Amino acid sequence: MKDLFSIIMLLGIYSLLSACFFVAMDAVDVAFTEAAVGAGISTLLMLVAITMTGREENPSRHKPALALVVVTITGSLLIYGTLDMPYFGLAEDPVHLHVAPRYINDSMQEVGVPNIVTSVLASYRAFDTFGEVVVIFTAGMGVLALLSVVRLPRDIAKDISKIDAFNKCMHEEHLILRIVTKVLIPFILLFALYVQFHGDFGPGGGFQAGVIFAAAIILYTMLFGMNTARRVINQSLIQLLAAVGVLLYGSVGIVSLLNGKNFLDYNALSADPVAGQHLGILLIELGVGITVTAVMVIIFFNFAGRRIDQQNKENNDS
Amino acid sequence: MDISSAVFLLIGSFLCVSGGLGILRFPDFYTRMHAVGVTETLATTMILIGLMLQNPDVLVLLKLVIILLMTLFISPTASHALASAAMQNKLMPVLDKNDANEKEASSNP
Repeated sequence: MKDLFSIIMLLGIYSLLSACFFVAMDAVDVAFTEAAVGAGISTLLMLVAITMTGREENPSRHKPALALVVVTITGSLLIYGTLDMPYFGLAEDPVHLHVAPRYINDSMQEVGVPNIVTSVLASYRAFDTFGEVVVIFTAGMGVLALLSVVRLPRDIAKDISKIDAFNKCMHEEHLILRIVTKVLIPFILLFALYVQFHGDFGPGGGFQAGVIFAAAIILYTMLFGMNTARRVINQSLIQLLAAVGVLLYGSVGIVSLLNGKNFLDYNALSADPVAGQHLGILLIELGVGITVTAVMVIIFFNFAGRRIDQQNKENNDS
Repeated sequence: MDISSAVFLLIGSFLCVSGGLGILRFPDFYTRMHAVGVTETLATTMILIGLMLQNPDVLVLLKLVIILLMTLFISPTASHALASAAMQNKLMPVLDKNDANEKEASSNP
């Protein structure tokens, strides 16, 4: 396969299929994340990336034989490693003997959240999740450092005339799309909020909600143009928000530390331990949601904005 | 209730299969898209109605209605976007042989 476009599409289909597979295994939260992140936003970001790089893969200059040998050896070693593992679904698995029963039996009294996945993710394993959020934040900062475009005031002044031209051309060509999108975007945003705050009770949470929120913004950007979106969504504000999310998460940990408990031990947040857990989970999910939204929007804006600037330069040169 | 639900589900699945057959057998991009775009909306509607008849719970019913509305909005729009994108990139539909011959005849007299 040399056509990058079809490779990306296959990757998206693969993600969607594995989401179905997770649903069949009763892992609804994981399936939701896979569908939103794997099939949705990463396919989209890669499509934006190939609009910059071109559709064809460069002819390779190395011999793939050595890589194939390495992959085969590593793969067979990994498969050999799995032979020692207990059979799938066996009742005497260590994980079914120690960790899982504790979560299933005690999480309702300790955390009081009906969705055990959320209580594991946000309370028992809160420090791991903090790490994930920091990774996402770092990815956003990396994109900003490598690809960010400096926009001068005179560029911004030029935008207004461009917006009018763009609107006129889009109005003629994509009228139906624009109207349907206008109708749908509020519902997408509403759904994102539902996923965000319903994560305690059903599948969902900050990661999925953030991605859905970002998807709505990206949809808006695609149909109404980069310049309009830049006016609607303040760039420096969104960069600030990316940091605020991580900060919110971390400061919940610091507050519990100052109250004499462990880092991210939410029992310290309120007199009643269960109420403290609820408050803590709500706050850190909010932090996760804010950071994920902001970072996805930053990545998309910088990818797409760079392409538009390249086009403008080419137009000016020619 | 069960029988009517089964009938709806069967019609829906038949339409899905025929759409899939169309995408494999039809000659060019537009007819293929037509096969899927037309059957898909009706098939989803039929399957969702069948599922609604299966489950009398109000909350589930409401969710299914919302999914139905969303599908009715999104799927024709997606087909439209696909077709207009193909048109803008100058992908011409394959015409009937007689039609094409006539065009050729009229273009080089």
